[in-house]
Amino acid sequence: MTTPLPPGIELEKIDERIMTLNVGPQHPGSGHMRLIIKVDGDYIVSCDPDPGYVHRGEEKMAEYRNYIQNIPHLERPVIHDSSNILYPYCLAVEELLDIEVPERAKYVRVIASELNRCIYTLYWLAIYGIFLGHSTMFMWPAGDRELFIDLLEAMSGARVTHAFLVPGGVRNDLPANFEERCLRQVNYFEKRLKEYEAIFYQNPLLIARTAGTGILSRTDAIRLGTTGSVLRASGVDFDVRKKEPYDVYENLDFETVVMKEGDSYARSRVPYLEMFESCRIIKDALQKMPKSGSVRTKLKPNPKGGNDEVYRRVESGRGALGYYIVSNNRPEPYRVKISVGSFRNLICIPYLLKGEKLGNMPAVYWSLNYWPVEADR
Amino acid sequence: MVKKKEKDKEPSETTDAHSDKPEPTDTDLANTLTKEELRKFYEEKGIDLSLDIPIHPKPIPQFEKSVSDKIASKFGSKVNVDYVRPNRIRMSTKREDILDVAYFIRDELGYDHAESVAGVDYPDSKEIEIVYHLGSYTDEQKESQILSLATRVPREDIPHPGKDRSRTPTLRDVFYSVEFHERECFEMFGVYFEGHPDNRRLLLPEDWADIPPFRKDFKIKGR
Repeated sequence: MTTPLPPGIELEKIDERIMTLNVGPQHPGSGHMRLIIKVDGDYIVSCDPDPGYVHRGEEKMAEYRNYIQNIPHLERPVIHDSSNILYPYCLAVEELLDIEVPERAKYVRVIASELNRCIYTLYWLAIYGIFLGHSTMFMWPAGDRELFIDLLEAMSGARVTHAFLVPGGVRNDLPANFEERCLRQVNYFEKRLKEYEAIFYQNPLLIARTAGTGILSRTDAIRLGTTGSVLRASGVDFDVRKKEPYDVYENLDFETVVMKEGDSYARSRVPYLEMFESCRIIKDALQKMPKSGSVRTKLKPNPKGGNDEVYRRVESGRGALGYYIVSNNRPEPYRVKISVGSFRNLICIPYLLKGEKLGNMPAVYWSLNYWPVEADR
Repeated sequence: MVKKKEKDKEPSETTDAHSDKPEPTDTDLANTLTKEELRKFYEEKGIDLSLDIPIHPKPIPQFEKSVSDKIASKFGSKVNVDYVRPNRIRMSTKREDILDVAYFIRDELGYDHAESVAGVDYPDSKEIEIVYHLGSYTDEQKESQILSLATRVPREDIPHPGKDRSRTPTLRDVFYSVEFHERECFEMFGVYFEGHPDNRRLLLPEDWADIPPFRKDFKIKGR
């Protein structure tokens, strides 16, 4: 007699027709998470997402470190978008400690976070390509991503985990001739992006597998509280950069990308079109940026936060990203809550996969712009 | 000297224009001053300003005030408005009243989704606070707003998640988007959400046998 396995591990057979499948947590099609899927033949009857395999307790760790020590570990949930996950933390701490940020630092931050948004989106797009068996779409974004990685390496000294944004500004000033180099690479990248259109977005393979699958209506997108590209692909015009502008976004020239279809194709296309807007923002910011000046306001050593609380949010690569910080007159925060786009979009997975073909699961799942490590924190 | 005279004139002009309204209180005055002026103002009043307390010399925003007034006039003493700041309103209520307040916020004020549900543990006062951060996608004026709705539940020294007094009604029927946030709150703080259809663990492993880990009495080893 064999020993019974813990629940959820075995290949459960409910009745003659319905079978339970575990996708993940080591499946390349799910990332570090498990999807418990019940199938009837080829169709998904229900799906229960089981995240938490990369839960690291960032919020708990933040309660033990002071406001400066918290910088490097808080960017770990999504290292490809490290500037955007630190951005609301810096805004929140600045509001808590009442710090003014120099004008030049605001522009440098915007440039860093837009470069990071492109890095993240390209990484996501590369994986979306390989999910659908399109290996060229894996190679191209992975190669073009190096352009921006090099730029951020020149800015911060690190290739991936930059820890570049700090409360009070940025860690260091831009290197010499950065503007020129950045402009050249962004212009080149825009030309490359147009080539993606022909090879990927007009490709019959992509259209056949994504168009019309996993449709999320506008009402449901609002009701489920989705955010980011998922929300904008369903026809809701909401971008924190426009609706609650932070730093200098209100001075910069860009538009929100909105699509009405709400299917996987629209969800995969919105981040792509947003990269053009990111390039526009970077070029505009380079032009409007003060050419010299301080980039960091010095904090007092071990600053204390007062008896206060603050909630600040920004638009990251995966949607609105908010930090809720409670402080109690101590150098360490009393409580840090990170509200991330991936976790908010998790609720869509059971909703969208129900009734879908099992073969469409990767196309729908990865179009949600879901990053398992960020959702777990 | 010239500046001082101008300052003396300003309040008198405003009082002439709105003679019906009561005279501006100290807080109203403080909101119109800049940071340096506010520091002097406090010093004249004899209020001690230690350097660690941040000063927010921002005026109370009118739109946010009108929203919080609507809730305050509807529920009276049941709701306590904690602060009104630009784009942020925070109010707290008892857990018995939270469903009524939430329905009012959704139906009358146009907030349609939850951004986050945060638990905060207060072992000294033996309470756990649940804070809902609500936002709006459909109301154009409220797209920049976040309304925090807080409630407190009793805290047990030895928690038995789901079986003790730490429970509050779920807001899932009001804001569908809180479903996974409340599941996270349940496993991390041990606060049971009554009426939630799916109070299972989400992030923690199935065989987690320790106390809920985001409570203050759960210490990280070595710290």
